[in-house]
Amino acid sequence: MRIKQVSVMVENKSGKLAEATGFLASKDINLRALSIADTQNYGILRIIVDDPEKAAHLLLEAGYLTKITEVLSVAVPDCPGGMDKIVRKLSAGGIGIEYAYAFPALEPGTAYMILRVDNNDKAEAILNS
Amino acid sequence: MKYYQPEKECASVEEIRAWQSEKLVKQVKHAYDNVPYYRDLMDKQGVKPEDIRSIDDLHKLPFISKYDLREAYPYGFLAVDKSEVVRIHSTSGTTGRRVIAFYTQHDVDLWEECCARAIVAAGGDKNDVVQVAYGYGLFTGGAGLHGGSHKVGSMTLPMSSGNTERQIQFMQDLGSTILCCTPSYAAYIGEVLKNMGLEPNKDIHLKAGIFGAEPWTEEMRRGIEKSLGIKAYDIYGLTEISGPGVAFECSEQKGMHINEDHFIAEIINPETGEVLPEGTKGELVFTCLDKEAFPMIRYRTRDICVLKREKCSCGRTFIKMAKPMGRSDDMLIIRGVNVFPSQIETVLLEQGYQPNYRIEVDRVDNNDTLDVFVEVTSDDISDTVKDITVKEKELAMAIRNMIGIGAKIHLVPIGSIERSEGKAKRVIDRRKLID
Ligand SMILES: [Zn+2]
Repeated sequence: MRIKQVSVMVENKSGKLAEATGFLASKDINLRALSIADTQNYGILRIIVDDPEKAAHLLLEAGYLTKITEVLSVAVPDCPGGMDKIVRKLSAGGIGIEYAYAFPALEPGTAYMILRVDNNDKAEAILNS
Repeated sequence: MKYYQPEKECASVEEIRAWQSEKLVKQVKHAYDNVPYYRDLMDKQGVKPEDIRSIDDLHKLPFISKYDLREAYPYGFLAVDKSEVVRIHSTSGTTGRRVIAFYTQHDVDLWEECCARAIVAAGGDKNDVVQVAYGYGLFTGGAGLHGGSHKVGSMTLPMSSGNTERQIQFMQDLGSTILCCTPSYAAYIGEVLKNMGLEPNKDIHLKAGIFGAEPWTEEMRRGIEKSLGIKAYDIYGLTEISGPGVAFECSEQKGMHINEDHFIAEIINPETGEVLPEGTKGELVFTCLDKEAFPMIRYRTRDICVLKREKCSCGRTFIKMAKPMGRSDDMLIIRGVNVFPSQIETVLLEQGYQPNYRIEVDRVDNNDTLDVFVEVTSDDISDTVKDITVKEKELAMAIRNMIGIGAKIHLVPIGSIERSEGKAKRVIDRRKLID
């Protein structure tokens, strides 16, 4: 399934990341999942929330550098090898994975994996086959 | 009407040199006899007016710098009796003490003629309606173009700057054809026009604009030309030398013709003062040839540019100057190459970035390093580090094409670059701390 992920670029300084997540908390935005990439100059905070449009709007208004990207959300059995299987399947289909992260689903026994790939259409077709 | 003074603007190079030589001898004598401060400068250099016989002797003369004008403030460079002065203009003085320039009626007339040449070169004649939206007052912009427009015989609208809706109202009601203002104001008028739902060539009928007094890029030129439906011409000048009209652009829009019957231009090495050959980048130096009240001989403008004498399709023979690419005070020498922050800024604007940047120069293992930090907006960012790295590399390539040396680009979030008094601290040269 395709979902919208919100990315926020923040300075790579202690406290800046906490400031951004704190801001979202203050606006009652619940973070379902989160991943961080950082470099010497900046960090990219990627989040999954219930209402990405609203979160992005609030962030932009508050002056945060914000971007919405479509990513794939795939349910995986919450057991050893579950994720590995999906990654292998995509690689075999020639799909490049930029990054991936996972979070537990509300119902026990499954997890969701967020996949950022270079071709959403093709990746979806492979996963559905 | 193609030229305002064809016998001057299209003279042969030999004629121009002959005028320059004859006038230079007189101008130097005038300054030596009437400006004690300048006499001291010449005496210190060991050169007398008799030593100056033609423009080949120009290099023997001392330079006048902004420092000298400050030292001699306010009347020290006045070369005529105060009773002969009919006008003054002044620089804003944002960087230190202001400069006050004096004009006799003769000086005003020659200056206005230079501006008239610029208006005619932009396609103007007596049938035109010239809207002067430069500031009036101490600033030379308003007065210069206003006087030039009078000389051409155009209907002159002394609008001054600001009150943009009124500017547009006059454009509509009186059918203004030529707009004179700063390029940033022209761009703003274009925006307001659009927001008011008005269209160029339909609701207003401008055909040309003469824009100067601040740096602008080719990108800005294209934007202004589109939003106002005009051809945009550059004009150059500085208060110390007279005002706008020292050089002006022609229909070719490739460099500005310097009014060589009134000014001699030289390019020097800003470090050594050595005169550089035509086509070489360096500091622009002007010598006025016809000034009564405020003679400036070898005045260092601190503008860095290139001079080129080539056949121009407009028919004018005056040498052309490129748009200044920076100030000599700002020049950095990195790996032996002259680099100006303004060159980097130009690339940023052309590549669609905001001009919020910081340049850091350092020396590591005896090698100069150049790092450019650029603040990005939400449009520039991505969710992957890879995309941002690609953007950094593209920008690095564009900067290398402009300045000739490689730079490491760091795209950073808004707020990363410290601002002092609102303006970002543009350049940090750590090598100076080491030396
Ligand atoms: Zn020309």
